[in-house]
Amino acid sequence: MSAPFDTTEKFAAYAHPSKLVSTEWLAKHQGDAGLVIVESDEDVLLYEVGHIPGSVKIDWHTDLNDTVNRDYIDGAAFAALLSSKGIARDSTVVIYGDKSNWWAAYALWVFTLFGHDDVRLLDGGREKWLAEEREMTTDASSTTTTDYPVVERNDAPIRAFKDDVLAHFGKPLIDVRSPEEYSGARTTMPAYPEEGALRGGHIPSAVSVPWARAAASDSTFKPRSELDAIYRAEAGLTDGDDVIAYCRIGERSSHTWFVLTHLLGFEGVRNYDGSWTEWGNAVAVPISVGTDPGVAPAPRP
Amino acid sequence: MTTLPAQLADIQEDFLALEQKDRLLLLLEFSNELPELPARFQEHPDLLERVVECQSPVFIFVEVDADSAFHLHATAPRESPTTRGFASILAQGLDGLSVEQVLAVPDDYPQSIGLSAAVSPLRLRGMSAMLGRAKRQLRERIAG
Repeated sequence: MSAPFDTTEKFAAYAHPSKLVSTEWLAKHQGDAGLVIVESDEDVLLYEVGHIPGSVKIDWHTDLNDTVNRDYIDGAAFAALLSSKGIARDSTVVIYGDKSNWWAAYALWVFTLFGHDDVRLLDGGREKWLAEEREMTTDASSTTTTDYPVVERNDAPIRAFKDDVLAHFGKPLIDVRSPEEYSGARTTMPAYPEEGALRGGHIPSAVSVPWARAAASDSTFKPRSELDAIYRAEAGLTDGDDVIAYCRIGERSSHTWFVLTHLLGFEGVRNYDGSWTEWGNAVAVPISVGTDPGVAPAPRP
Repeated sequence: MTTLPAQLADIQEDFLALEQKDRLLLLLEFSNELPELPARFQEHPDLLERVVECQSPVFIFVEVDADSAFHLHATAPRESPTTRGFASILAQGLDGLSVEQVLAVPDDYPQSIGLSAAVSPLRLRGMSAMLGRAKRQLRERIAG
């Protein structure tokens, strides 16, 4: 059972308006049967400090990652997780979070790996909800355990591995990290923990479009016309392009993946979640340094 | 093997006695207990050192008082409860210790209190960085 779509005018200009809901919409529909609200944050304790009444928490580090392999959880673990959160296969899931929905977009991307059909983002996320002084609570949400089916992940359509990137040369790559990381001046985000990369720089031919350029100051997504100006006019993407986006560990590029796929309508956009922590450490892969994208090497089939 | 100072050992014991989910709630309690900076530091933000390894803006300052007792002062925003929790554990766990005791605290103390699974090893690095910087500041203080 699917919740009604948000007909907010701003969303109508996006390629897939059904992937966003406004804070007004959520305030009206929270509590509807078949709707589950999920909070997903960078800070693992923020949900405990206060959350939207009835929402459940899914943490990227502790819930969605496999604890042994550097990979996402498998179908059985995803089914167990979603069942415990009261999410059914036909639930409408609305995800919101801190930092302009950066981690919320990541969670949405992982839900998409498992083919969960109706998953949406709250435009503006946690910041906008709080700025509008909407209701928050520290009360535990009561959930009824569901029986989410075991669905195996389907990585290929939206996830790129290192070899996919090597074979992709000649087609558009978007680097969504900070300018300092792109040029190679540093290997980690300003003010973030060092996650370890032996080389600084970017994948040759990747164009730099820091992820946060897609977000407005109130944490909402920028309107369609502004996004077109950034990704089409400036970064040079055209319809039909096969695009791979990456960052440092694949979290910021999920945000860009959402923008390109659902707001601008590019098909077949993939997120390279190995990103710079893999590429910057891999043996015998080419990199470019400085502000120039550099030339794409021959693709390695 | 060095024995941990009692207050750090107590914190470790308290965390390890809990289920994973409750460890997070204990971390939240620590987060809420982080005291405001003493007024003398609030007026001197230049004295505070930013822990750049942490995801959110956190600043620390170490002090050795007239009785040679160590104190760690820290400030981090309310929207960063995890970082506040880490700072609060260290502030409480190290408070009043001698210089030698603080310098002898194992660098892997943050990994020993059972938070790796609840918080993630990556996030815990922020706490290791805080401890490392506090010890470095202390070495500079006593050398200076």
